[in-house]
Amino acid sequence: MEKTARKVDAGPVEDFTVKIGKEVLIGDLKLAVFRLAEDEFHTIKNECPHKKGPLTEGMISGEHVFCPLHNWKIDITDGQVEEPDEGCVQTFKTEIIDNNVYITV
Amino acid sequence: MKKLVLIGNGMAGIRTIEEIIKREPEQYEITIFGSEPYPNYNRILLSLVLQGDSKVDDIVLNDYDWYKNYGIVLHSGDEVTKVDTENQLVYSSEGKEVPYDKLIFATGSNPFMLPIDGADKEGVIAFRDIKDCETMISTSKSYKKAAVIGGGLLGLEAARGLLNLDMEVDVIHIQDYLMERQLDEPAADMLKKELEDQGMNFLMGKETVKIRGKNRVSSLLFKDGSSIKADLIVMAIGIKPNIALAKEAGLEVERAIVVDDYMQTSAPNVYAVGECVQHRGMVYGLVAPLYEQGKVLAEHITSQTPEQTAGYEGTLLYTQLKVSGVDVFSAGEFVDKEDTKAIRVHDEFEGIYKKVVVRDNKVIGSVLFGDTSDSPRLLDMMKSEQDISEMNKVSILPSEQERGTGESPVVAMAESETICGCNGVCKGDITDAVKTKELSSVQEVTQVTNAGRSCGGCKPLVSDLLEHTLGEEFNKADQKQPMCGCTDHTHEEVQAEIKEKHLTLVREVMNVLEWENKEGCSSCRPAINYYINMVHPLEAEDDANSRFINERVHANIQNDGTFSVVPRMYGGVTNPDELRKIANVADKYNVKMVKVTGGQRLDLLGVNKEDLPGMWEELGMPSGHAYGKAVRTVKTCVGQDFCRFGTQDSIQMGIDIEKKFQGVQTPHKVKMGVSACPRNCAESMIKDIGIVGLQGAWEMYVGGNGGIDLRQGELLCTVETDQEVLDMISAYMQYYRESARYLERTSHWIERLGLEHVKAVVVDDKKRQAELIERMETTLSTFNEPWEQIIQDGKIKQDYYEVKVTS
Ligand SMILES: Cc1cc2nc3c(=O)[nH]c(=O)nc-3n(C[C@H](O)[C@H](O)[C@H](O)COP(=O)(O)OP(=O)(O)OC[C@H]3O[C@@H](n4cnc5c(N)ncnc54)[C@H](O)[C@@H]3O)c2cc1C
Ligand code: SF4
Ligand code: FES
Repeated sequence: MEKTARKVDAGPVEDFTVKIGKEVLIGDLKLAVFRLAEDEFHTIKNECPHKKGPLTEGMISGEHVFCPLHNWKIDITDGQVEEPDEGCVQTFKTEIIDNNVYITV
Repeated sequence: MKKLVLIGNGMAGIRTIEEIIKREPEQYEITIFGSEPYPNYNRILLSLVLQGDSKVDDIVLNDYDWYKNYGIVLHSGDEVTKVDTENQLVYSSEGKEVPYDKLIFATGSNPFMLPIDGADKEGVIAFRDIKDCETMISTSKSYKKAAVIGGGLLGLEAARGLLNLDMEVDVIHIQDYLMERQLDEPAADMLKKELEDQGMNFLMGKETVKIRGKNRVSSLLFKDGSSIKADLIVMAIGIKPNIALAKEAGLEVERAIVVDDYMQTSAPNVYAVGECVQHRGMVYGLVAPLYEQGKVLAEHITSQTPEQTAGYEGTLLYTQLKVSGVDVFSAGEFVDKEDTKAIRVHDEFEGIYKKVVVRDNKVIGSVLFGDTSDSPRLLDMMKSEQDISEMNKVSILPSEQERGTGESPVVAMAESETICGCNGVCKGDITDAVKTKELSSVQEVTQVTNAGRSCGGCKPLVSDLLEHTLGEEFNKADQKQPMCGCTDHTHEEVQAEIKEKHLTLVREVMNVLEWENKEGCSSCRPAINYYINMVHPLEAEDDANSRFINERVHANIQNDGTFSVVPRMYGGVTNPDELRKIANVADKYNVKMVKVTGGQRLDLLGVNKEDLPGMWEELGMPSGHAYGKAVRTVKTCVGQDFCRFGTQDSIQMGIDIEKKFQGVQTPHKVKMGVSACPRNCAESMIKDIGIVGLQGAWEMYVGGNGGIDLRQGELLCTVETDQEVLDMISAYMQYYRESARYLERTSHWIERLGLEHVKAVVVDDKKRQAELIERMETTLSTFNEPWEQIIQDGKIKQDYYEVKVTS
């Protein structure tokens, strides 16, 4: 099993719309990439800890995304679920190098 | 003008000033000193400030503008340090020197601090003012464990506040049960259980003897040798009247400043009100008696014949409070004695306990827990010393009967019975005000009568009374209800501002209306987006990020993250060609299920998001808007073409309606039905708009609902021609679009407004009807078939539908 971290090129920044989530598949891994501002990108696992709702389809408010299935509120920057609900989503380091988005998985 | 100086900018002092201004706004030039750097605020609600979402502003009773408006000079944050009663002068810590003709002491109390070893350490505080709250808030950010000494009202309020700040809270009480001065043991036990459920931990029968720690507290030692850890200690064991200044000024003081029945102290022209006062041997610590004192004093010093005004005679002590969301009432002698008997109700299921203590056939005391609605009645009986030997239990505790009938106890109350204990407002005061001043909300009642302005415990009763007094006109939903937690504005206010200020962007609306949560949430943003589109159909810029996923991608999300596709079939009519296309697409895209919907069309379930645009293109059918807050389907019966009972062409009518109104955005989904006779095969009676054909006429039913709240439609009107049907739907639906709150179904909306009102607007008022139709036409002119639009627009396809696959 591969365990080492690696940087994956997810394509040019223009492919991501500000404040609309985008699903990125890396092998079997489903990721939700959020572009919050021109140069602010965050990546979390595309699966709500509640009932696996696809977080890319959620409504984004500030640094939070509301799960499209049951409205759980999740912090995009650290993956924490807002109270009163509980849980957290795995986060992935995301950076921009030469206008391309790189995710470390 | 004569000069009036008030020392103490607190609850009793300012109420006295309010009473003075109410009587004689011009008689005095008023100067107020207050040591706290705030305008007058509601001390009772301090624990709200600890809830995090409430700010000091929320508990302010008189803001700075109030002082300004009445020409009052306020020196806040400036303490009076000396009073010269000979020359009638006061001196302040900032060096002010102010002469007076009349002086009022309203210096309140100081918290009582246990004089034990370590009580001076950092991290030991009281719970009395905003400063204490600020200390608690900042402590909670770096420390976890709090201990409250004192299981009385104050201690429990403090403990509740600390829980809200996410601290672990131990409450230490020296007695074996809580609030022993207000409650008997069974009630105290119920309270304890409730608070334990809320997360408090109790140490009963413990006497604190020492506080340990280096600079800051670290633990508490009890007399029995045990100890607990604590990073913050709140002492809430009592208060002592703040009389140092009065004493120094040479006023007669005992436990507190001694006053006569006119609140006059031993010095001429010097008065006192509030917790710093001792009257006929009594010192009070609740606002109700203090406000009575203020009234008496105001009457006295504004009157031309002060000797003839009524004096203060003391107040029957009782407590009505909310401890951590539990209603508690206690009055008089509530402990059983040899010569007393008691009526008891103890309902452990409902968490209700009531005890009425009787001596010589008279009510002398009572404890109510969980349901305090009988308190006005009981107090009245105590005050009037009514003989109850002829009364049965139900007339002593009327709510016991009413709990069955659901009628509010206010209905049975006499006009003279008190509703708001804190402010001494009786039922008659409120009903009068509601009628003569045309009040329609609890807020307005509070503004005008003061009822509910202090502890707030009586608000449910005020609301019931308002409802009862207004009868038909009252509507709970009309009470000012903010749109969501992000703002104080109501739906109506937001809509009005969008119109007035011509706002066309969601962000702009939140900015202009000063949204507290700047980014909004998943409740308010879709609502704002809807209102913008509705008010300015031609200029609105739709905000994709303020739409639920369903409306953003024009398909219904399912529980596994796939989507469903429902193509439109006007009037529920299809043909072999369409069916073949659907079958082919279903095969090609591995659709998991094809289902006939309740709205007479086909639902293709289990589609991946990326496949949506491709499927639509191959189907070549318009969107059925099955996902939208919009006009969905028009269900039809077969009607006159085939049915032997049919009197009208229901199918054609349905198709015409659906073609005209398809996809119009509405506050919530709108479903319609057209049946060609009253047998109603299209279920017209449970549709938002249901059309029923008669010989030569159409009936239009509205407000039906087949969903959670089953509701039968009501007849709006009967018209003759097909064109009239379309016009009436236009006017009706436009009125719904304009006056319903976002996410309010037509059934709820029409109940709120009333059928008669809606009829008057859309049917009877021909001018408004024409305007509504015109605005609907404008909206209809902006319709774009969404699937087609997406198929054509590569950018949308890429942004919203494509998934990135990397390796
Ligand atoms: C947490 C809490 C909960 C409570 N709950 C309830 C309840 O549910 N029901 C109820 O009836 N009561 C309740 N009370 C009690 C109620 O708040 C008091 O009875 C009331 O505030 C007393 O009013 P007052 O004007 O006498 O004193 P205060 O409101 O304390 O006002 C006195 C003011 O005078 C100022 N002052 C003192 N000395 C000077 C000076 N030399 N110069 C200038 N300013 C000075 C003080 O700083 C203070 O601001 C509660 C109190 C607290 C703390
Ligand atoms: S509603 Fe009347 S006309 Fe329509 S199908 Fe039923 S019976 Fe026939
Ligand atoms: S799956 Fe996310 S809220 Fe239910």
